[in-house]
Amino acid sequence: MSETTDGLAFGSLALALLGGALRVSTPFLFVSLGECITEKSGRINLGLEGTLVLGAMGGYGIALLTGSPWLGVLAAGLCGVLMGLLHGALCSLPKVNDIAVGIALMLFGTGLAFFLGKPLIQPQAPMLPSVELGAWSDSEQLRSALRINVLLPLGLALAGLLHWGFRSSRWGLALRLVGDNAAAARALGYPVVPIRIGATAAGGFLAGVGGAFLSLYYPGSWNEGLSSGQGLMAVALVIFARWSPLRCALAALLFGAAGALGPALQSQGITAGYYLFNAAPYVLTLALMAASWTPGQTLAGAPGELSFTQR
Amino acid sequence: MDAAMNRAMRAVAPLAPFTAAALAAALLFAAFLAAQGFEAPEALGLVVEGAFGSAFAWQNTLARAAPLMLTALCVALPARAGLVIIGGEGALALGALAAAMVPSLTAGWPALPVQLLMALAGFVAGGAWIAASAWLRHVRGINETISSLLLSYIGIALFNFLVEGVLRDPASLNKPSTPPLPDAVLIGQLPGLEVHWGLVWGALACAAAWFLLRRTVFGFSVGVVGGNARAALMAGLPVGTLLIAACFLGGGAAGVAGMLEVAAVHGSANASLLAGYGYAGILVSFAARHNPLGIVAGAILVGGIGASGSLLQRRLDLPDAAVLVLQGTLFVALLAFETLNRKGTRRV
Repeated sequence: MSETTDGLAFGSLALALLGGALRVSTPFLFVSLGECITEKSGRINLGLEGTLVLGAMGGYGIALLTGSPWLGVLAAGLCGVLMGLLHGALCSLPKVNDIAVGIALMLFGTGLAFFLGKPLIQPQAPMLPSVELGAWSDSEQLRSALRINVLLPLGLALAGLLHWGFRSSRWGLALRLVGDNAAAARALGYPVVPIRIGATAAGGFLAGVGGAFLSLYYPGSWNEGLSSGQGLMAVALVIFARWSPLRCALAALLFGAAGALGPALQSQGITAGYYLFNAAPYVLTLALMAASWTPGQTLAGAPGELSFTQR
Repeated sequence: MDAAMNRAMRAVAPLAPFTAAALAAALLFAAFLAAQGFEAPEALGLVVEGAFGSAFAWQNTLARAAPLMLTALCVALPARAGLVIIGGEGALALGALAAAMVPSLTAGWPALPVQLLMALAGFVAGGAWIAASAWLRHVRGINETISSLLLSYIGIALFNFLVEGVLRDPASLNKPSTPPLPDAVLIGQLPGLEVHWGLVWGALACAAAWFLLRRTVFGFSVGVVGGNARAALMAGLPVGTLLIAACFLGGGAAGVAGMLEVAAVHGSANASLLAGYGYAGILVSFAARHNPLGIVAGAILVGGIGASGSLLQRRLDLPDAAVLVLQGTLFVALLAFETLNRKGTRRV
C-alpha cells in the first residue's frame, strides 16, 4: 500500500471517528448531565441504565402513536421522571440504600421496557431531524460526519446552563448545599428530602431523553439490545468529570469516540475483533476511573453527602 | 418453652418483611397486567403452576435454581466484605469458556478428573474476574459496583470474540459454539429426576459458604472488614487480601455456574449461556439478605418465576419479559419493605 492511500485511509477513519463521536456521545451527554444533577443533591442513581432503556421504548412508542418524534422525546423524559420519582421516594425511606435501589431499578426498568416494547420491534417510528453542519463542504464523508442530531446542541447548551446554574442561581446553590451538608441545609430551612427527590426526577428526565435519542435517532429503532451499558458508563463519567457539567460534555464526546471505534473500523473494512473494539468504551471507562480516583482521599469536587465516594 | 418460642419468633421475624414484599410484588404485578387487559388472577395462578404446580414444573424450577445459587454467592460473599458486586454474568461467561476448553486439552483422560479440572478452570476464571474489581477498589479506590458491571461487559465481549473467533467449532454454522464436549464428561441427571447434579453442587456451595462466613476465622475477618474497614485495618487485618479473597470465592462460584451450564445443559460454550443468571442472582442474594442458606430458598423462588415464563407465554400470550417485570417488581418491593426491618441493615 502506498503512502497516499495510507494517509487517505487514516483520514477517513478519523472522519468516521469524529462523526461517530458526535453521533454516539449524545446519550452519554444527557445521562451524565442528569446524573450530575442527582449526585449534586447527595444521592447516586445507578438505575439510569434502566431509565435509558425505558425512555428509549416509551419515546419510540409515543413517536409511533402520535407521529411526532418530539412528543416521543417528551414521553421518554416523563418515563424518566417516573423512574426518578420512584428512586427518590424509595431512598427517602429509612434504612433504604440508594445503590441497592439503583440496581433494582436497572433490572426493573429494562424488564418493563422489554415487556411493553414487544409490539414496537417491527414498526418504524418517525425519526428526529438532523442538522447539516457540513453543508459547506464538497466531501460527502465530511458532510456525513458533521450531520449532527438536534439533541446534541440542546445538550451542549444545557451543559452550559447547568454550569452557570450550579454556581450562580438560587436553586443551584440550594441543590449543592443539600448535597454537601444536609444538616446545614436543614438548618437554613431547605427541604432536604423533596429537593433530593426533585433532583433525582430531573436526572431521570434527562436520562429518558438520552434513551429517546437511541431509539429515535441513532441507531434509530427499538430492540432489546439497544443499550449496552451507556447508562452505567455515564454514571462513571460523572465521577471522571468531577461533577462539572462542562467536563461532562467533554467526557461524553470522548466516550462517543471510543464507542464509535468499532463501527468506524468496520466501515473501513476491518472486521476482525469487532467485539473487542466494541468493548473499548468499557475499558476506557475503567482506565479513566483508575486514573481519576485516588484511594484514601475524598475526590475533589465530590458532594459531601455522596456516600459512595467516601472511603 | 418461652425461650423456645422466642427463638422461633426471632428466626421467623426476618421473613415478615420478605413475605410482605412478595405479596406486594404479586399485587403490583397483577395490577400491571390487569391495566393492560390481561387476566391478572389467572396469570398469578399460572406463575405458581408453572413454578411449583407439577413434577415437570419443579424440575424446570430446580434446574434454574442451580446456577442461581452459585451466581447469588457472587453477590453474597463480597457483600459480607461490604462490597456490592453485580458483575456475575461476566464471571459466568468466562467460567463457562474456561471450562469448555478443558476437555480438548485432556483428551483420553477419565471423566472425573476432567470434570473436576473443568470446575477448577471455571472457578479460577470467574474468581479472577471478580477479584479484579476488589483489587481495583482496594488499590485505586474505584467503586466496585460500577467496575464489576463494566468488567462483566468486557468479559461478555471477550466471550463473544473468542467463541465466534479462534475457539469456534467450524462445524457450528448457525450458532457459533466451542467444540461439543465428549459425552463422557457431561454431567448427568440426579437419579430418578430430570434435574442435573448442579443442584447438589449449588446447595453444597451455599452450605460451605455459610460455614465459611459464620463459623471460621476467615469469615469473621471478612465480616469485620465489611462492618468497618478502618477498624479492621487498625486491628491489623489484611483488608486488601480479605476483600480480594471474598470476591475471588464469589466470582469462582459464578464461574462454576458457567461450567455447569456448559457441562450439564448446553454441551458447549455459546451465546445461549448468557441467559441472565448473573443478573437474577443479584435479586436472589438481596432477597436472602446475603445469607448463603437463605440463598437456597431464594434461588428456588426466583428460579420458579423464571420457569413460569413459558407457561405465561403459551397460555396468556404474555411477552417473555413478563418474568423480568415480576422479578424487577419483587426487587423493588423487597428494598421498600427493608425499611420495616427492625434490625438496621448493613450498607449493602
